[in-house]
Amino acid sequence: MADTTKEGVSRRGFLSWLGLAWTAFSAAMAASGIALARFMFPNVLFEPPMSFKVGRPEEFALGVDERFKPQGVWIVKTTKEIFALSTVCTHLGCTPNWLSAEQKFKCPCHGSGYYVSGVNFEGPTPRPLERFAVFVADDGQVVVDKNRIFQYEKGQWTDPQSHILLS
Amino acid sequence: MPGLKDVMESVKESQVWKSVARNPLPSNARTRALAVLNNVFLHLHPVRAPQSGIRLKYTWCMGGLTFFVFLVEVITGILLMFYYRPTVEFAYADIIDLREQAPLGLMRELHRWGAHTMVITVWLHMMRVFMTGAYKPPREFNWVVGVVLLLLTLLLSFTGYLLPWDQLAMWAVTVGTNMARATPFVGYEGPGAALLKLGDINLVHSADDVRFALLAGRFVGEATLLRFYVLHCVAIPFVATILMAVHFWRIRKDGGISGPM
Repeated sequence: MADTTKEGVSRRGFLSWLGLAWTAFSAAMAASGIALARFMFPNVLFEPPMSFKVGRPEEFALGVDERFKPQGVWIVKTTKEIFALSTVCTHLGCTPNWLSAEQKFKCPCHGSGYYVSGVNFEGPTPRPLERFAVFVADDGQVVVDKNRIFQYEKGQWTDPQSHILLS
Repeated sequence: MPGLKDVMESVKESQVWKSVARNPLPSNARTRALAVLNNVFLHLHPVRAPQSGIRLKYTWCMGGLTFFVFLVEVITGILLMFYYRPTVEFAYADIIDLREQAPLGLMRELHRWGAHTMVITVWLHMMRVFMTGAYKPPREFNWVVGVVLLLLTLLLSFTGYLLPWDQLAMWAVTVGTNMARATPFVGYEGPGAALLKLGDINLVHSADDVRFALLAGRFVGEATLLRFYVLHCVAIPFVATILMAVHFWRIRKDGGISGPM
């Protein structure tokens, strides 16, 4: 037994224990690294809820309702439907203003303009505003769900969840 | 009546002096080198610099000026922290008060001008190093350290941009951080993010992507203000200081300031 010392630890055995130890140490370090990275993702957000009730369909006047702009939506009612438009400009994410005299949404940052429908017609923006899911809850109130997004350019504005049809 | 010479002599013989200064005052080449080697700050520098290498025409002193402006930013920044509160309620008002109410209403302007100056001097320093070929072996690694320092300088400017909490700050950072949404795989609008799915559920979405970690939320809010404040005042300067020490020390280890070709 040339490679065995007096204590009975062989070179091969020592090296495999060393390898195991380094593997365990690296795994522990990686796990703590992931745990530390997780620390940067807060569990509780002090933001408005993503899903909320805005009132009964018949309570809305025709046109753009700006009451829920702080929650990030315009409720738009036409003679045919109600839908919820996102207040985030699809150019770079600023918040456009509703100009009722000109009947358009106009972004103050770079001048993108949108029709009442949310479709863009001027400025640098590449695509229309996004719409959020809307449906009527059991109590007759309209619920806006910002977790579900409908994009015109993907043909999603025909989805039944993207608007409430008025009969 | 002891003369000035005798007083100086007894000071130099005292235990206090000897415990602080390890070397006699530099008088020849050897003691001058020892003075540099035995000082924690000076030892980062080359012991000797060739006369040709430190000509103003050659270096523009841009690296030194950048470090000087960084020190100005650290000092004015620490002073500003005594008056500024990084909350939605107070941030903007404190910025106005720094101009209108705080003594020497110039402190915030000094900090802002210094920030602009530092970006300019960093670029000019980089241009000088490029033009004189000072990035070539054996100095490639120090060029890389310098590029990281450039990035940290720009990040310091960006995080500081939000702190006044006015309309410009708010929307500039909103627009700037929107780019993070397009990061491959870890940004929810980036390429590859749509591939990371469990059944119907997107694993990368607006509440767990890289932009969310940067903003501490789905949009720029109070948590973002606090996060940018900590990054601006502690985290980035901490990393930058360490890298600067490496940057200076590597000049010495890579053979001093590069000479004219």
